[in-house]
Amino acid sequence: MGIRETALEAYREALPALAASLAGGLLAGVVLGGMRAELRAVEGLLVLVPALLATRGNVYGSFGARVSTGLHQGLVEPRVRAGDVRLRRAAVAALVNGLLASTVAAVLAFLVLTLLDAPVAPLPVLVGVALVAGLLSGTALTVVVVLVVFAGYRRGRNPDTLVGPIVTTTGDVFGVFFLLVAARTVLALAGFLGGWG
Amino acid sequence: MATDWTVRAITRAMLPVLLVLTAVELGSGLVLGAFEDRLLASPSLLVLVPVTIGTAGNLGSVLAARLSTAFHLGTLSFDARDDELVGNAVATVALAVTLFPVIGLGAWTLASLLGATTLSPGTVLVIALASGVTLAVLAVVVTLVATYAAYRLSLDPDDVVIPVVTNVCDVLGVVVLFAAVLVFA
Repeated sequence: MGIRETALEAYREALPALAASLAGGLLAGVVLGGMRAELRAVEGLLVLVPALLATRGNVYGSFGARVSTGLHQGLVEPRVRAGDVRLRRAAVAALVNGLLASTVAAVLAFLVLTLLDAPVAPLPVLVGVALVAGLLSGTALTVVVVLVVFAGYRRGRNPDTLVGPIVTTTGDVFGVFFLLVAARTVLALAGFLGGWG
Repeated sequence: MATDWTVRAITRAMLPVLLVLTAVELGSGLVLGAFEDRLLASPSLLVLVPVTIGTAGNLGSVLAARLSTAFHLGTLSFDARDDELVGNAVATVALAVTLFPVIGLGAWTLASLLGATTLSPGTVLVIALASGVTLAVLAVVVTLVATYAAYRLSLDPDDVVIPVVTNVCDVLGVVVLFAAVLVFA
């Protein structure tokens, strides 16, 4: 195959998935653009955004790949009702790892910003936002990944090719949306307890 | 090779890499934090952040997946005259040229629905396109280096290259966007 044919084939194959995740990315951006008040109120939250979004992608990309390998190997049954033990363990592991990475991100961001003498919200606030956001978006992503991978598999589609685009598209949207919900929840709670600073 | 389906085994396989990637992403967060005032002042730029870093990562991961398949099939050689290599690199830049004007105008339109915009649609388009083309070129370089390194270290590019490329492109996405804002806005 010549350069021109290779380039055209690669372009045509990639464009639909990239366009879909572009739509998801813009949607995530709108939510981020609409949460300027929360970003100002919780100093250091913007620093956490890439780490939290990437954690969703890394953890649930890996979870989706594991489930689809399990389906191929016949280790996992493509029915949610089956309450498969392996599936439950993989979902719990994804949630636990996502929460651990989110907490580490919040603690590291707090330490670095403190060392840089930059303004930063109290540690419990940052960790609280990271944990609430991780729990909510993790639960939502588990449901989406399992449902879409199972539905795709039962319709005879290769789940491997579904996982990547689904996780990148929904991961960003859910990631930012639940970050907003988490920031509002923690701010309301902190206000109720008397605020800080 | 395959991990057991227990929480402990999955965590042991996943957590170390996850923590390294988290630290890398924190770097891109610190760059974002450095121009937080600028971003909060112009909603269009804030809308651009997730879609720019996401698309950069996706361009890199698509290229990485294709090169790694070509590598496994034995049709890839690391030579500047290799058709497979050059064709895929050209497609990556062409995809950026197609997608980033849509991203720029989309971000401006959505930001204008959120409230008053401070930048003109033309400025946001130029920032998006310049960032996108720069990122596509960087994504090609990072993917080639990572695929070549995996090949030299006899690692399976499927396991290593995609996470590395996606996360490095995330960081570069923020840095390049920051540079484009400084130059054009």
